[in-house]
Amino acid sequence: MATITDVIPRPASQSGLWSWITTVDHKRIGVLYGTTAFIFLLLGGIEAGIIRLQLAVPDNTMIDPDTFNQMFTMHGTTMIFLVVMPLSASFFNFVIPLAIGARDVAFPRLNAFSYWVFLFGGLLLNASFLTNQAPDAGWFSYANLTEKPFSPNQGLDYWALGLQVLGVSSLAAAFNFIVTIVNMRAPGMSLMRMPLFVWMTLVTSILLVLAFPVITVGLIELTFDRNFGTNFFVPEGGGDPILWQHLFWVFGHPEVYILILPAMGIVSEILPTFSRKPLFGYPVVVFSGIVIGIMGWAVWSHHMFTVGLGPVAVSVFTITTMLIAVPTGVKIFNWIGTLWGGQITLNTAMLFALGFVALFIVGGLSGVSHAVAPSDNQQQDTYYIVAHIHYVLFGGALFGIFAGIFYWFPKLTGKLLHDGLGKLHFWLYFIGMNITFFPMHYLGLNGMPRRIYTYASEFGWDGLNMLASLGYLVLFAGTLVFMLNLLISLRKQPDAGHDPWDAPGLEWSIASPPPVYNFAKIPEVEGLDHYWIVKRRAAAEGAPITEPEAAVDPSTIHMPSPSYWPLITAIGVLILAGGMLYDTGWDYIRFPIPFIGGIICFIGIIGWSNEPAAEEHHGGDDHAGEHPMVHGDAGPGVVAAVAVRPAGMATPSVRMICSNCGNQLSASFRFCPYCGGAVENPAEPQHEEG
Amino acid sequence: MAHQTAHHTEAGHHAPVAEHVEEHTTTGINHRKLLMWVFLSSDCLFFGSLIATYMVYRGQSLVGPYPVDIIDVPITTISTFVLLCSSFAMVRALAATNEDRQGAIIFWLLTTAFLGAIFIGFQVYEFNLFRAEGLRIDTNLFGSTFFTLTGFHGAHVTLGIVWLLGLAWIAKKGRLGPKTALDVELAGLYWHFVDIVWIVIFTLIYLIGGFDTGPAVDPSLVPHSITGFLGLI
Repeated sequence: MATITDVIPRPASQSGLWSWITTVDHKRIGVLYGTTAFIFLLLGGIEAGIIRLQLAVPDNTMIDPDTFNQMFTMHGTTMIFLVVMPLSASFFNFVIPLAIGARDVAFPRLNAFSYWVFLFGGLLLNASFLTNQAPDAGWFSYANLTEKPFSPNQGLDYWALGLQVLGVSSLAAAFNFIVTIVNMRAPGMSLMRMPLFVWMTLVTSILLVLAFPVITVGLIELTFDRNFGTNFFVPEGGGDPILWQHLFWVFGHPEVYILILPAMGIVSEILPTFSRKPLFGYPVVVFSGIVIGIMGWAVWSHHMFTVGLGPVAVSVFTITTMLIAVPTGVKIFNWIGTLWGGQITLNTAMLFALGFVALFIVGGLSGVSHAVAPSDNQQQDTYYIVAHIHYVLFGGALFGIFAGIFYWFPKLTGKLLHDGLGKLHFWLYFIGMNITFFPMHYLGLNGMPRRIYTYASEFGWDGLNMLASLGYLVLFAGTLVFMLNLLISLRKQPDAGHDPWDAPGLEWSIASPPPVYNFAKIPEVEGLDHYWIVKRRAAAEGAPITEPEAAVDPSTIHMPSPSYWPLITAIGVLILAGGMLYDTGWDYIRFPIPFIGGIICFIGIIGWSNEPAAEEHHGGDDHAGEHPMVHGDAGPGVVAAVAVRPAGMATPSVRMICSNCGNQLSASFRFCPYCGGAVENPAEPQHEEG
Repeated sequence: MAHQTAHHTEAGHHAPVAEHVEEHTTTGINHRKLLMWVFLSSDCLFFGSLIATYMVYRGQSLVGPYPVDIIDVPITTISTFVLLCSSFAMVRALAATNEDRQGAIIFWLLTTAFLGAIFIGFQVYEFNLFRAEGLRIDTNLFGSTFFTLTGFHGAHVTLGIVWLLGLAWIAKKGRLGPKTALDVELAGLYWHFVDIVWIVIFTLIYLIGGFDTGPAVDPSLVPHSITGFLGLI
């Protein structure tokens, strides 16, 4: 077996296409995830545009009902599984190792495997368009509409198999990040010193690990029903379509928190940074996140109030659903508490974070109105639900993600995104989002059902639908502005320096973009908001930190080597799943192609396990292949860029320093939120340039 | 445990640390061991969902054959006993690895795989027998749930056998020993987990559900058989 690894020499290129294909560097994989997910965002956005165009005027016949069904199904599936989840994964990849003071994730090759499987899963799902058999049963594909007699083409097979593949990707990534966060924190970073984003990533990953197997089983049963004649969800054979709803939502509700918790983590990083204050009530915010993660398992049937589960089940799920609003509310109050008395910098990242809080409150309030079962009976399957899900997923998750993009972009590239264009982007999104989705509350309560391809003028829904469609154009413009911003900023913006925001996280102590080894010396973490502590102490000692950690010769630090095997194994997974779509119709060998995929997988795994994670040192020349560079110019001996503070960021202020632990405090603080000690004799107020 | 974490670079999955330096982890638990535990927690939910489906549809089959007609508890008791014995062999394999008895490592690994293969043999025999007696995956709900649940368990056992054979191959080259005992331990964790799952399946499908007859009442009179599922949760 060892011969297999000898046949294929280890990839050695450090630039160009192959270096990206074989990379195991978490920063590059983060970029791959982000770029791919952004392309899917455009695709899902176009699908949304077709939906809005069709619904702009009554009695429209622009597209037929079948196409409309495909559009809303693929829009929902794409936005959830191919956009919000992988964009979150992109942040996990890029930020987590930097934020916990590690050089990479625990399993770099597994990480690359996750990305490739995600990409192939997305392609498999969208390949359905090529055969004109796109899935058309809604993003939660209720049985028994999904059964063969009602969905005779292969659309639902594409859907089920595509989601299975995406599940493999999500599970592999979640395993990786749990181990990374639990096991690879820098010395001194106890659990309660982890940044909020790291905490939320951990909770999200645990939810993924436990929720995805449930939908896996549901999808297996659906696939068997459609291809092997089983009767899991077929009433004629004694099966119960409601079982699908249970399996889907036992997965689906934790999934809702999988989508929103990373955004909450991002916002919990940004609000303190731009309020110049530590997060208000950090332990409570952490605890609320954990409670949301646990209680997320006890609310799934609120998606099924109109099924007729009986008064007991409905009452129980009403109560648990209302209870889960409590930890969510606690978080919102803590964010407001963080802003209170802070010195707020209103740049784009902060605007998006504030937009998140505002729009998530709106979505949360309509959510509470669904929790009341009698009220939900009126709202079920109307545009009111569509309004709710878009306030929490667009106004919530996506705004949080954009806040994160503006916040971490200078760390990733060394360049700031243009703040003026960013603000234009924000306001277009904020206004466009409200124009598009706020009218849907009224439409829903006026009885407009979701998933109808057109409506008659007599219903009186014309005006609000036209308004919503116009709002889409504003969102479209906002997206164009963002893409323009990316292009311009990468070329024209000045170097951002290593710490443009005077941020508290470990990742800001190293150069931007980070060297391939991240930290030359693994930091010793002294407390929550470690880098603030270090910077304040240095400033108090009269030697403020203006430079990132000095670069070292990368060949002195042993990093995992690039590998072909994750990609080969992922190709095997694609053929294994995609091959199920080809049914020979023969008696015994109905599905031959998956066996080929299985063999490729097997070879991939053997090669993978025979290959050492990091190539051994042979001599000077070999080092080049071992250290994939994030950017070609980040070579040895690179001089760290001098921090350049962008215009508009300077906030000269009077600050207090805790005499006990050295943390910076707001002038109004009577006790130190870091060490808990009462500040009887606060240190001398210091004038500093923010 | 220190001797287990050091020097296993050739087995892959390694943190980016310099070679021949002991892997430092925050918790002291090896990365791969933690990964295996997290994976097993995920697999619990996988089998949990399959078992839940079986339990919801117990006694709901509209046509025969019903469990009471074809389930053979004595024969499956034998195969269950064989599978449980394989766990003992697995424990011996790990002990031999820790004690660096090269011949014993290979012997116990192959014994474990062999006992697992016997279990699979029984399963193949049982599947063919049921098929001959008229129970196929598309016959009724019992067939659907039975073949899906036990089939995926069988697939897990088969994967485990392949894994054990791979380890035996590595052992033959003399690459297993106290320093690489984690490689055996991980396979052991997986193998024991699959065994425990079978104990649950055997109890539910054979000992408890094996005497089920057809539907006690017309299922159309029970509007929501799903309340059974809620009761499980």
